[in-house]
Amino acid sequence: MINYIIKRLLYVLPVLVGVNILTFVLFFVVNTPDDMARMQLGDKHVSQAAVDNWKLQRGYNLPLLWNEQETGFAKAKKTIFFEKSVGLFFFDLGISDNGRDIVADISQRMWPSLAIAIPSLIFGVLANITFALLLIFYRGNFLEFGGLFICIVLMSISGLFYIIAGQYFVGKLLALTPISGYAPGADAFKFIILPVLIGIVGGLGSGVRWYRTLFLEESVKDYIRTAKAKGLSSLQILFKHVLKNAMIPILTGIVVVLPLLFMGSLITESFFGIPGLGSYTIDAISSQDFAIVRSMVFLGSFLYIIGLLLTDISYTLVDPRVRLD
Amino acid sequence: MLTLLWTDIAVFALVIGGALAVWRSSKKEHLRRPWQKVFNNKVGVISLTVLLSFILIGVLDSTRIQYYKQLTNGELSEHSETLSVLDIVLTPLRTQVEKTYSMPFAHQAYAKEMKVSSKGSTQWIYPRLVYGGGHLTDPVADKSMDIAIKTMKGFGFGVLIWFLSVICLQLLNTRKSFFGWSPGIKNSLYTLLGVMSLVSVVATLAPYYHILGTDKVGEDVLYQAIKSIRTGLVIGSLTTIVMLPIAISLGLMAGFFRGWVDDIIQYLYTTLSSIPGVLLIAAAILMAQVYMANNPELFTTLEDRADMRLLLLCLILGITSWTGLCRLLRAETLKIREMDYVIAARALGVSRLRLLKRHVLPNVMHLVMITVVLDFSGLVLAEAVLSYINIGVDPSTYSWGNMINTSRLEMAREPIVWWSLTAAFIFMFSLVLAANLFADVVRDAFDPRSNE
Repeated sequence: MINYIIKRLLYVLPVLVGVNILTFVLFFVVNTPDDMARMQLGDKHVSQAAVDNWKLQRGYNLPLLWNEQETGFAKAKKTIFFEKSVGLFFFDLGISDNGRDIVADISQRMWPSLAIAIPSLIFGVLANITFALLLIFYRGNFLEFGGLFICIVLMSISGLFYIIAGQYFVGKLLALTPISGYAPGADAFKFIILPVLIGIVGGLGSGVRWYRTLFLEESVKDYIRTAKAKGLSSLQILFKHVLKNAMIPILTGIVVVLPLLFMGSLITESFFGIPGLGSYTIDAISSQDFAIVRSMVFLGSFLYIIGLLLTDISYTLVDPRVRLD
Repeated sequence: MLTLLWTDIAVFALVIGGALAVWRSSKKEHLRRPWQKVFNNKVGVISLTVLLSFILIGVLDSTRIQYYKQLTNGELSEHSETLSVLDIVLTPLRTQVEKTYSMPFAHQAYAKEMKVSSKGSTQWIYPRLVYGGGHLTDPVADKSMDIAIKTMKGFGFGVLIWFLSVICLQLLNTRKSFFGWSPGIKNSLYTLLGVMSLVSVVATLAPYYHILGTDKVGEDVLYQAIKSIRTGLVIGSLTTIVMLPIAISLGLMAGFFRGWVDDIIQYLYTTLSSIPGVLLIAAAILMAQVYMANNPELFTTLEDRADMRLLLLCLILGITSWTGLCRLLRAETLKIREMDYVIAARALGVSRLRLLKRHVLPNVMHLVMITVVLDFSGLVLAEAVLSYINIGVDPSTYSWGNMINTSRLEMAREPIVWWSLTAAFIFMFSLVLAANLFADVVRDAFDPRSNE
């Protein structure tokens, strides 16, 4: 087991290196720091001195890969690649283009993101499984066709619509919850309830269909037929056999998204004014803060890979058929 | 004179390619069968007809004509104007611009304005619109009757045209009467009846009213929503065209050659798919923006610039979205290469390239087909989200995402301006719903595991 995990960890490293090189190429080679400075400073006819100053303040004044002016090891060390990209591996994310410490920002902003993401995930999965089981229970019935059609309709509605409609009807007309905003501590409850609700409804269409296919695959297997022949009621079959055996794909499907919960949801957070990582990213994109976007790209892929790793490990724990060699 | 932008050329290439593919697959039994299944399915035919109507609008909007306006002294103006065929069809919608917001079917502006009456006193009133209900002398009394009559007229006209076209079809095909035609064609014709009468009602009303209201600068919202169809279609279809060659070639190679080729390709797609999609797109678009800002000489007109950005967006979306299909194809190829017929062909000395082309590729095409149709609706929806974060299409391009983005602030107005948002959502919903329903039917028909 330990060997397996170490092997998997070693496989993760090259992927992270790849992500790092890709972001480096995207952010520093496709466009030079000069281009970025001009874009940030706004004017097309910015003086070279202003550009140099901007670069100096943010440490972009070094050569990209190889510094000829230094000696020895510093030749590779005093470069943009080393200072800006390699540091990401040690979570030294540096400072954002407007001078704030990115690590401090992230550790402060991840809690509101989690406050929304965790309940959305838990209640969303519960709702999806419930409706999917109902669809399986009424198989071949008009209720199933109606339910499937509603799923497609729900899937076809833009996620933006759910948010805007929810904010308007629940927040503004009925005034049940605040339209947007956030408060720390126990007060957060009334602010997160609407985003969580909208997150659940928005994911219902595709979620129910996905779980339904999982259950459907399970329910045509031989042991289900045996259970039926034994005379078990369909409710018993559904909960004791279908649900139990579908738990493996369900669990591993959840495990893979767990780390990504930290990242928060871009759209939901910015609509509801929640100071989480999602809105942090959006703000960075719209103010063209390259340092933050770069850090978030790296953080996001790191968390995704951790998710994959956890999935592999959880497979070996849950599924007795998986053997390690 | 016909002038085409890059995306226009791509749209035409796509339509021609699609037509060729349909023509070729109609001659092959194993491809005709699943399509036959789609056509025999009621939902499939209805959604296909709706989709084709959308595509027709998109193609009309991609046929651009450059012409020189005739000046009053009879000479041609020096400045040319580029309009699409759709623009010309929608001339009343395009040119009847009000001052500012107005409600759907309104005859008055949405906000009060200071007016000096003939007696010299100033009044604070809702001014009449120039075009919306402008033909009525007493709009308060006559408007609803006028709308009802025009709706009936439009509906009747639509039905009439439909009957005439059915009769024409009947004359062309005298072997069977209308009632003997295949259910697929009949269902398609019934859907067309709905589409035609709707279009006809809208066409009768649109020159006299702003059916979906006007926006901040007085532009007709219906016009914006119709123009946005092309953007949605381009993003949904061009992206897949970018993605397919990468996904198919890499997926087949990884599964077929295995070994180090497989390792490299697997590494590539794991790395790429580990970056959160939105962030990768955002980073790429940010870089493209920097590039465009620093090389303004490459993009001379505003239109060129917007078009280039649309093309770039498709490119970036394509590059970020090939990994899913690639993984699927690799897994499928791994299975197929161990099949008896492939081993037999290899034993007979068939070259690897030929093996891939003749034996592997045709057997994974159903996966490609299903993915293309499934991805389409997701991409149309993604455009709205991306435009909302300002990393989507150019703000000057007509798109549903841009409509939603601008009307977000209008929701905070009192009283609220809801029609722009509603129009964008309704149009997007009808396109995506049709695409989703069609995708479902296609998947059932092409999936070999589904029972016959």
